[in-house]
Amino acid sequence: MSRTPFRTRYSAASLLRQGLGGHTGWGEAWRAPSPKPRYDFVIIGGGGHGLATAYYLAKLHGANRVAVLEKGWIGGGNTGRNTTIVRSNYFFPQSAALYDHALQLYEGLSQDLNYNIMLSQRGVVTVAHSNHDMELMARSVNAMLINGIEVELLDADGVHREVKIANRDPDARYPIHGGFVQRRGGIARHDAVAWGYARAADALGVDIIQNCEVTGFRFDGSRVVGVETSLGPIAAGRVGMAVAGHSGVLAAKAGFKLPIQSYALQAMVTEPVKPLLDTVILSSSTGIYCSQSDKGEMVFGAGLDLYPSYAQRGNLPVGQTIVAALLEMFPRFRTLKLLRQWAGIVDVCWDYSPLIGPSPVDGLFLNCGWGTGGFKAIPAGGWLLAHILATGRHHPISAPFDLDRFTTGRLIDEAAGAGIAH
Amino acid sequence: MLALPCPHCGTRDEAEFQFGGEPAVRPPSSVSDTVWADYLYMRRNEKGAHRELWCHAGGCGQWFVLTRDTATHAVLP
Amino acid sequence: MRLAVGGRIDRGKMLRFTWNGRALSGFAGDTIASALLANDVKIVARSFKYHRPRGLFAAWVDEPNAVVDVRWNGQHDPNARATLVALRDGMVITGVNGFPSVDRDVAASLDLLHRFLPAGFYYKSFMAPSWHYYEPRIRAMAGLGRVGEATETRSFETRNARSDVLVIGAGPAGLAAAKAARATGASVLLVDDRAALGGSLLWDTATIDDVPAHAWATAAIAGVRVLSRTTVFGAYDQGSFALLEDRAEAPEGWAAPRLWVVRAKRVIFATGAIERPLVFPDNDRPGIMAASAVLDYLRQYGVLAGRQVIVATNNDSAYGVAEALRDAGAAVEIADARDDAPAIPGIKVRSATVPLGTGGRGGLAWVDLGPRDGSRRDRVSADLLAVSGGWSPAVHLFSQAGGALQWDADLAAFVPMQAGQLVAGSVTGAADLATCLAQGHAAGLAATDAGDLVGPRTAAASPVRPILPLWGLDLPGTRQWVDYQNDVTAKDVRLAASEGYRSVEHLKRYTTLGMATDQGKTSNVNGLAILADATGQAISEVGTTKFRPPFTPVPLAAIAGLRHGALFAPLRHLPVHDDHLALGAEMRDYGGWARPACYRGIGETTEAAIKREAANARFRVGLFDGSSLGKIEVYGPDAAAFLNLMYYNEVANLRPGRLRYCLLLRETGVVFDDGVVGRLAADRYLLSPSSSHTAGVLAMLELWHQTEYPTMQVAFHDVTAAWATFAISGPKSRDVVAGLGSGADLSDQALPHMAMTENFIGSVPCRIARVSFTGERSYEVSVPSGYAQSLWQHLLDLGAAAGIMPYGIESLSVLRAEKGYILIGTDTDGMTLPVDLGLEGPLRAKKIDFVGKRSLLTPDATRADRRQLVGLLPADPETVPVPGSHAVLREGGASRSLGWITTACRSPVLQRSVALGMIESGRARMGEEISLFHLGKLSRARIVAPCFYDPAGEKLHG
Repeated sequence: MSRTPFRTRYSAASLLRQGLGGHTGWGEAWRAPSPKPRYDFVIIGGGGHGLATAYYLAKLHGANRVAVLEKGWIGGGNTGRNTTIVRSNYFFPQSAALYDHALQLYEGLSQDLNYNIMLSQRGVVTVAHSNHDMELMARSVNAMLINGIEVELLDADGVHREVKIANRDPDARYPIHGGFVQRRGGIARHDAVAWGYARAADALGVDIIQNCEVTGFRFDGSRVVGVETSLGPIAAGRVGMAVAGHSGVLAAKAGFKLPIQSYALQAMVTEPVKPLLDTVILSSSTGIYCSQSDKGEMVFGAGLDLYPSYAQRGNLPVGQTIVAALLEMFPRFRTLKLLRQWAGIVDVCWDYSPLIGPSPVDGLFLNCGWGTGGFKAIPAGGWLLAHILATGRHHPISAPFDLDRFTTGRLIDEAAGAGIAH
Repeated sequence: MLALPCPHCGTRDEAEFQFGGEPAVRPPSSVSDTVWADYLYMRRNEKGAHRELWCHAGGCGQWFVLTRDTATHAVLP
Repeated sequence: MRLAVGGRIDRGKMLRFTWNGRALSGFAGDTIASALLANDVKIVARSFKYHRPRGLFAAWVDEPNAVVDVRWNGQHDPNARATLVALRDGMVITGVNGFPSVDRDVAASLDLLHRFLPAGFYYKSFMAPSWHYYEPRIRAMAGLGRVGEATETRSFETRNARSDVLVIGAGPAGLAAAKAARATGASVLLVDDRAALGGSLLWDTATIDDVPAHAWATAAIAGVRVLSRTTVFGAYDQGSFALLEDRAEAPEGWAAPRLWVVRAKRVIFATGAIERPLVFPDNDRPGIMAASAVLDYLRQYGVLAGRQVIVATNNDSAYGVAEALRDAGAAVEIADARDDAPAIPGIKVRSATVPLGTGGRGGLAWVDLGPRDGSRRDRVSADLLAVSGGWSPAVHLFSQAGGALQWDADLAAFVPMQAGQLVAGSVTGAADLATCLAQGHAAGLAATDAGDLVGPRTAAASPVRPILPLWGLDLPGTRQWVDYQNDVTAKDVRLAASEGYRSVEHLKRYTTLGMATDQGKTSNVNGLAILADATGQAISEVGTTKFRPPFTPVPLAAIAGLRHGALFAPLRHLPVHDDHLALGAEMRDYGGWARPACYRGIGETTEAAIKREAANARFRVGLFDGSSLGKIEVYGPDAAAFLNLMYYNEVANLRPGRLRYCLLLRETGVVFDDGVVGRLAADRYLLSPSSSHTAGVLAMLELWHQTEYPTMQVAFHDVTAAWATFAISGPKSRDVVAGLGSGADLSDQALPHMAMTENFIGSVPCRIARVSFTGERSYEVSVPSGYAQSLWQHLLDLGAAAGIMPYGIESLSVLRAEKGYILIGTDTDGMTLPVDLGLEGPLRAKKIDFVGKRSLLTPDATRADRRQLVGLLPADPETVPVPGSHAVLREGGASRSLGWITTACRSPVLQRSVALGMIESGRARMGEEISLFHLGKLSRARIVAPCFYDPAGEKLHG
């Protein structure tokens, strides 16, 4: 791979130099170009997936006429609203291949993008609360090991060694029976992922156009040949869309439906406190997940709000359930205060797996349906959509995630794989 | 914290209700895989006025269709 | 210092407390902040990034600095906002984020490196060799307070309220609004976050309706429901709001705060405004405070924050503060950024003058004053600099509720656009009492669409000179703070803009502006105004960041409320729960029910108990509590036709008195539930869904009936809780059941396997079903649950001679595994189709479109290589494979999973290990030996039919 021609390379040395010079020479991280009338590739959606798609198109496929169209500000959707967890502890081989590809790319991303995304591989511990949970967990752990994903099954003591402050009460409503850990899992700085991809893509000539909303598609016969935007029409060789919760809205504009429903997924943070939680923890029964940011805030969330929503705010009853579940896991957090509650709109497929590949319309390609798991997949989602856009063909990793699985019935149902009965 | 209108019982808190998805017309089993998949999985998923099924599960058990604005959560007439 | 008189404190009630180990005192009515200020404590905190010393800036929710650790009476708040917590006797208060203390913090040396640590420096560094190398050291600096070992033990309750009108804020506008709305007959809830209602009226010398303002305030709330010390912290859907009532003043002591959920038809936002700091060099020194806060401390607590005071302002509001300070005995000087400042008796007033710099060790000693361009500077001694940079309306809740904002250039503030929403008072930018009262009155009437009423009368306001917006000074090389807690300076904002982080949300995230525990209440508008200047945009174009709940931090325990401990997802109890406990049952959670896992004798292991119970049920007679099993009665002339559409199996041809094992599918074809369907009469069925699925099955039946088959005459009734059911299983079961004297004919001709009968035990109705989950002759006896205890005891007595023993779920699991009976959710999952379980008959035979049928015909459903239910006999009969072990196949150098073990146990009958599993093409692999994989270890097992005991079913029938 060639070196990305950054205007200013970031390093401790450049920080020192700029510090002495009053930080006047950094230049823009990305330009603010006006749209050109035509691009080879137009990516709708300036979140992590869209920006990564543009970056890999330029970097790996030599595309030099690429635009990313973002209706608001880049990274402002789910990329900037999630709880920043990365992991690849998935059940099915297809999912393992997909998410581990993402994790491997994440592992080299700060260097690749010359932007510190603060990947913190502090381990992800998933907790089981009953014998039945433990059996299902064994099933998942064995599947992961066969898939080549390194994980360890833990007994209750093992969990308490990893997470010293977890509830030890054996009479708790959901006592800790055991769990498993993926040590390569962890968290990353979400905004930095978007900004890092944006800066690198921009350096490779990609036009990142913010405040540019796609309002419709331009067709030549049945083929998409461009988009209508709030800044005027833009012609495109191929169009990729990576708009998460708004996938259904754009699909309707292109004349098709998707096996997706959009829900609000809440996230919350507490006030910052001194470090006391060093891993990421998830509960298989209550759905709670929590980590402590490097600023000291507890960042947590759990299940979806209970009905479809495009309002980027969480409702209170589900918020109360999430907080209650957190406190059952960590009774010491009862002295903490909630600082902020928000929500992202997640695009949930019936089988909780993404859609990657051609849409029902020629010239338009999909990257959506990530549901609650989009952030951890950003590098792979972008890498695969770039491959499909550049070659017009599936990559072996993306093929199982084609839309056609809903017709054949060959779903990749991770919840079912983990033993959850529907 | 929605307040939803049960046709039987009047307006009640969302805690009493269960969401049931978009109403769909069920095709016979003689249809193609594609038509069946469309019924089973494909959704309009509108932003804005959204027709949806709800059940007053914690009350009278009535299922009913409601139009709700998914962007504002307002119940529409 | 505390003045000899004044304030709304109780000087007769002294409260002792410690601050960083120093013994100090305050009075009842003090906040921690006012008590610290009264004791001349200058440094109360350290900033987050540079560990700069921080003093009190504000007096209420907007305080950016004073986060302290508070311990009192067993309670601990590691991040208390000193301005919001009432002082109590014996409080132990400590500064946070400073080592060894906030007075002398070794980390303060970080500040020397500030030029190398601008906004976002960490995105540009710490990459070589890897972030993991640096993170532990940076992480060690994180956080403010320290979470203790002790947990919060108070009980937190939640309350609900409804009203026609909710008025948020009880200043002059809120009071006038509440009074007017109440006068029209509406029910009104008035909420204010302070202890005493009235806001500025508490010390205002004006008269309203010819009485003193505070007296008017007291009278205004007649008939109004009032919640004081209560913060509306979130606006949610459809006029619902979340409130937190601080009950620190409750008679029972430091009572837990209480969450309220309020629904109102109309809401009036009278939420006031927050004073902004001025942005100028070294404006973060302790001793620099908001002018309004200085007045607040003086009026509320009798505390004079300084004796030699400079009031620096760009608007008129601080003049009143200066006069009050003068009257309290301070030497006061005003620096007004505007030209032509008026003369004020006893106060030196400088026009066109701003602070250019400050100095002092551990506090403020002097202020440089001069014109904005810094061309002259005059060093003036001062121990307090009271600043006013203008007012930001507290639009947080208004915006959360969906209200739109607009930039008002004259007021230099974002104000509510009032379409459809009711706002009143200084949240609109109103600056005088008369306007606030008039707006409140109008809003109160508008909320109820009532006619004219006469509003409160007060003296007209004197004209206000316009504000001169000041967004920092153009003085290179200086550090001008915007966000005090997170150490964001004007230079950081400009750096972000120059690097392309031009969206206000990018600015926030890149610089962390407004992300501290005060959520930017004092800093946001200054920050975005500087961003607008740096990017050449209008402030209206830049806009604000999104306002999110909560308005002030809310204790997690208060949000969770009573959903805690035993009340967090409560378990359902069986009718004879206590009898199980008396028999030594180990109760566990099975599908949301507390059910006996097994009944351990004294000194008996769980394993031994399971073995004993299983053998007894197999060879003698066992008693099992099946009361949690679902019971749904289905009635009506179309019951048979309707259920036939629901179930996978044929149920319409079932004869009355007969039972059939049936599957219920999702429309996706996946097995949703299994259970026995019984026909009581031509038009009556009894369904037995599994314990955890009863509600789901009922909802499914209702959904299909109401939406797809509404003309069918059928009704459903969940009677699970109405009947208790006990299973008597084993070769001697008939003798025990016969002893009940129900009058039922228990002969195999009259009541064969899979038949049932309705009878009476005495006068008590009972149902006896001959159905088995153990593989032995079994009877399920059901009676109304009020008779559960006597039936349970009666059965134990009747069976005593035959050796009856209760058995729990774990032994049942062994018994059913030996028979190959599946357990939904254990042997099946969200992918299992009926064909995978070997149940293909109905798919071929049933012509109607039952639920899930079409999905069984897709390419994937008809694949030959689906995972199928099989039995497995481990090669080592002494080793029980772990459920969750996978069957693996070596293919091309890699292992591939063929499926997994779902159930495994040691069979007491076969004296060896047995297992059930879902294995790819399992039925075609009968007799094949395969490899099992568990955590890297391999073992061998042979695939056999999924039934290990009595495959012909002879035990069931005879």
